[in-house]
Amino acid sequence: MATTADHFQAHDDGAHAHDDHDHLPGFFARWFMSTNHKDIGTLYLIFAIIAGIIGGAFSGMMRFELAEPGIQYLDMFAKWFGNPNPSFDQQLHLWNVLITAHGLIMVFFLVMPAIIGGFGNWFIPIMIGAPDMAFPRMNNISFWLTVAGFVSLLCSAFVPGGVANGAGVGWTAYAPLSTYGSTGPAMDFAIFSLHLAGAASIMGAINFITTIFNMRAPGMTLHKMPLFVWSVLVTAFLLLLALPVLAAAITMLITDRNFGTTFFDPSGGGDPILYQHLFWFFGHPEVYIMILPAFGIISQIVSTFSKKPVFGYLGMAYAMVAIGVVGFVVWAHHMYTSGLSVNTKMYFTAATMVIAVPTGVKIFSWIATMWGGSLEFKSPMVWALGFIFLFTVGGVTGVVLANGGVDDVLHDTYYVVAHFHYVLSLGAVTGLFAGFYYWFPKMSGRMHSEFLSHLHFWVFFVGVNLIFFPQHFLGLQGMPRRYPDYTPAYEYWNAISTLGYKIMAASLVIWFINIIYAFTAGKKAPANYWGEGATTLEWTLSSPPPFHQFETLPVIDDKGHH
Amino acid sequence: MLADALPRNRNARTGLIALGGALAMLGLGFASVPLYRLFCQVTGFGGTTMKVSEAQASTVKVAAGSISVRFDANVDRGMPWKFAPQQVTQEMRIGTRKMAFYKAENLSDKPVTGVASFNVEPEYVGKYFNKIQCFCFERQTLQPGQSIDMPVIYYVDPKILDDPEAKNVEQITLSYTFHVAAE
Repeated sequence: MATTADHFQAHDDGAHAHDDHDHLPGFFARWFMSTNHKDIGTLYLIFAIIAGIIGGAFSGMMRFELAEPGIQYLDMFAKWFGNPNPSFDQQLHLWNVLITAHGLIMVFFLVMPAIIGGFGNWFIPIMIGAPDMAFPRMNNISFWLTVAGFVSLLCSAFVPGGVANGAGVGWTAYAPLSTYGSTGPAMDFAIFSLHLAGAASIMGAINFITTIFNMRAPGMTLHKMPLFVWSVLVTAFLLLLALPVLAAAITMLITDRNFGTTFFDPSGGGDPILYQHLFWFFGHPEVYIMILPAFGIISQIVSTFSKKPVFGYLGMAYAMVAIGVVGFVVWAHHMYTSGLSVNTKMYFTAATMVIAVPTGVKIFSWIATMWGGSLEFKSPMVWALGFIFLFTVGGVTGVVLANGGVDDVLHDTYYVVAHFHYVLSLGAVTGLFAGFYYWFPKMSGRMHSEFLSHLHFWVFFVGVNLIFFPQHFLGLQGMPRRYPDYTPAYEYWNAISTLGYKIMAASLVIWFINIIYAFTAGKKAPANYWGEGATTLEWTLSSPPPFHQFETLPVIDDKGHH
Repeated sequence: MLADALPRNRNARTGLIALGGALAMLGLGFASVPLYRLFCQVTGFGGTTMKVSEAQASTVKVAAGSISVRFDANVDRGMPWKFAPQQVTQEMRIGTRKMAFYKAENLSDKPVTGVASFNVEPEYVGKYFNKIQCFCFERQTLQPGQSIDMPVIYYVDPKILDDPEAKNVEQITLSYTFHVAAE
């Protein structure tokens, strides 16, 4: 972490800010035609919260159904979705729809918009000393395409999808279930939603790459960029290279469904396994797309509250590059049971385990940053420590699952569900909350309550661990994923898991109270409310920053680093 | 003026290069369809068998070891055919050319065109399993109630004996699945 920027600029921007307040666009122009990176970031965050509530509600519905053996609630849920008299098969179809929607919403409309669109838009330009993103209008298109994609996905729930309304294929949309296995327009709406969200993310990636390469302030070399900027740069490259492959694959799904092609249909010489290869060539980098920006956020926070630069800055930056590169050559570890040969499995097992090395570098460097630091357990730091713990648990089960032989047993069990929720639901989302508490006063100008933030953390932490840790046991006992019912042998841990969901949901109420508190009674936030440890450029600006910042570019000098 | 214009051009250039990267990956996604087929045909990946000409086949010398081939037949869901091998196994010297027959019967009252997908198990012997002639090379049409014998002429390449992984294989399973051909 090489940027220190205490001595310049702030007063300049203060002066500009007064000018700019006079030129603020009207409400509609400001929020619906926005080209301002901070406003677009805010829009992304609000959008992600709304989408997250919907996707989280779906997971709650599933958790309640799973609380005990048998089918209790699916009939009621199907009525909520407008089916007055659902047959048993239609109830089961709704289950598949919920699973699909939960996965797609959480990946494409919660984590990605929040962590890249939200925090990325807000802080990448500021952290590199740029006035805005490179292509502000394209930034606006990215956001509204994401919204359109979300609307398309919601539409799919209310149009025919075969047995009943909605697309029930899982977020992976494997052929042939997603081709001749799902008749009706619901699947087409879901695919179109991915096209829109994908196009939005590709444009966002082009925007971030151009911004970071071309618009750094004088003296802000690549090797002085804050690690959050590095993380978003690597993420942008992953998006740029992975998403078009998904676009190609799902376009082929569309033509297989509607235009008589047979890309994935053996009756015309196609191969359904090819779809799995294409999907996971995108899908594996996608999980790093979701977690790398969280790595960046955690690096900023750990450094700030240890009052030390990050240990091994270059190692941290290039560890993310290494994770990104190796992430492209491990995809078939999602396909161990698709009939791969022993040698192929051996390669993918070894390559997957290699990723644990740069990931370990990051974990150890965070710990080494804290070692001997002047630690302060403010709310973002507590969330960051929670992230490090939870992500490490998920990483360890990931190394277990990386083994082709072990995966033969655990494939499609709750062990896998527990694993990827520990790295994403608990990892990426905890990273999001850490970033939220770190930057919320900077974005809003109001301080949140430290007490409520800590309370939110502890209730959330207990809740999510109660949800997901027992799922390791269920998976090891052989409970398969994606089913609404199970034998009574699995009841005990499922009941605990559902209890955990209730606790987690309560923690979100604390979060909302905290936001309301901040806006109604929160103290005005000073420019640098975290003190001497916060050294990146956003802390040189007022809270909230002026509508246009850095009209005079900051100059990053070399003194006093490393 | 020029100083104002330059950074804009620089952004456009970087943006276009990035867009080019995305389009290249999009192209690669579509190109993966023929590339994947080619990859399987060349390497025998997933137990893909090899197709050889009469001329190539005539140069093969019979080797010392022997091997057996087991025949397997399946029909896809919705395929109204009865489809079965006419021999359970065949035993031969490695390199010897053999002919085997499958029998297919159209059980429906409509003409049906079928296409067969195929592979061998263990899949790593795919690159040594050579077909000179096979009903799976073309689509087959059966009239209502019609029944035909369908031949496959094949040999196992003696190079299998030089492959440390494959040389101890005693039996190869040759499997076919008939699908209703897409129009």
